[in-house]
Amino acid sequence: MVKQEIQDAAKAGIPIFIGYFPAAVAFGILSKTTGVSLLESFLFSAVVFAGASQFIALNLLTTGMGFTGIILTTLLVNFRHFLMSTYLSTRIKERLKKYYFALAFGVTDEVFSVLSFKKGPLSKGFVFALQMSAYSGWVSGTLCGYLLGGFIPPILSQSMGVALYSLLLAILMPEIKASSLSLFLALSSGLLNWLLMYLDILPNGWSIIVCIFIIATAGAVITLNRSHKEELHG
Amino acid sequence: MGDNLIPLILGMAAVTYGPRLLPFLFFSNTQIPRRVDAFLKCIPVAAIGALIIPGVMTATPEFPQAALLGIGFTAVYGLFKGGIIVPVLGSVGVTYLALAGLG
Repeated sequence: MVKQEIQDAAKAGIPIFIGYFPAAVAFGILSKTTGVSLLESFLFSAVVFAGASQFIALNLLTTGMGFTGIILTTLLVNFRHFLMSTYLSTRIKERLKKYYFALAFGVTDEVFSVLSFKKGPLSKGFVFALQMSAYSGWVSGTLCGYLLGGFIPPILSQSMGVALYSLLLAILMPEIKASSLSLFLALSSGLLNWLLMYLDILPNGWSIIVCIFIIATAGAVITLNRSHKEELHG
Repeated sequence: MGDNLIPLILGMAAVTYGPRLLPFLFFSNTQIPRRVDAFLKCIPVAAIGALIIPGVMTATPEFPQAALLGIGFTAVYGLFKGGIIVPVLGSVGVTYLALAGLG
């Protein structure tokens, strides 16, 4: 890895670590209050490594839902990563091929978001460094939350749950500042998701996938029309 | 919780890893048509928008206003300055203050 790559990765990775850590602390605390053991709480974060669905799983456990139901819900909730990986697979070049199995494990919402807005081709050093900082923040935060949660006031641990969302927004900000189309698409997608969740007609997790499909299709139509007009006039 | 959760964790890991891995194995060799490429390029903003709204309001279920104030800080700070560390930690701080004030 060249020096520039290390600098780039640190610049992108440290904020991800800092964003993940408090959210994972919140997960650690919640898993302890749910009655999950330390080992299981650690394994949730270390083996599943999927922010939102871990919170959902804890929630479903307390409602008494069986394992099969929780696993199916997780599949639905995390199926959006299929779309994210599809996008990334077009951005990551040949020389990364043999690393796909390791690389795919770290495709979280936040890592995906940072990677998708990085200019130019993605190198394996950058991708792995970013994923490792996210992973270490997530796992260490979980352990800290579980072990030290008793010393953290409940209001503070609840506030830490906001970190995942503000992390996503902070990553998105430069993009929506630069392009009014991006702002429009992100807002429409969020509002559509809100509507779908409010109407409650789709199983958990599917509303996000429907939103991505509808909004990305709309975005594609708009961009293709634009470039078509430019071709005609330019 | 009396149950052994290891089977649940392994099951969740499998259904999380699968969708993350399959596209790399299937699609990375294919030539992407222009229209599909335009669609794929719009996935990030569409996904992030839908992830934030309305999820952020569930972070502080009793007082959704607190989480909204927190993420509002991220938006305003990001609009004028940018970066990630200050907007993220600041939003946690603002949410905390809002909850402390409301509660």
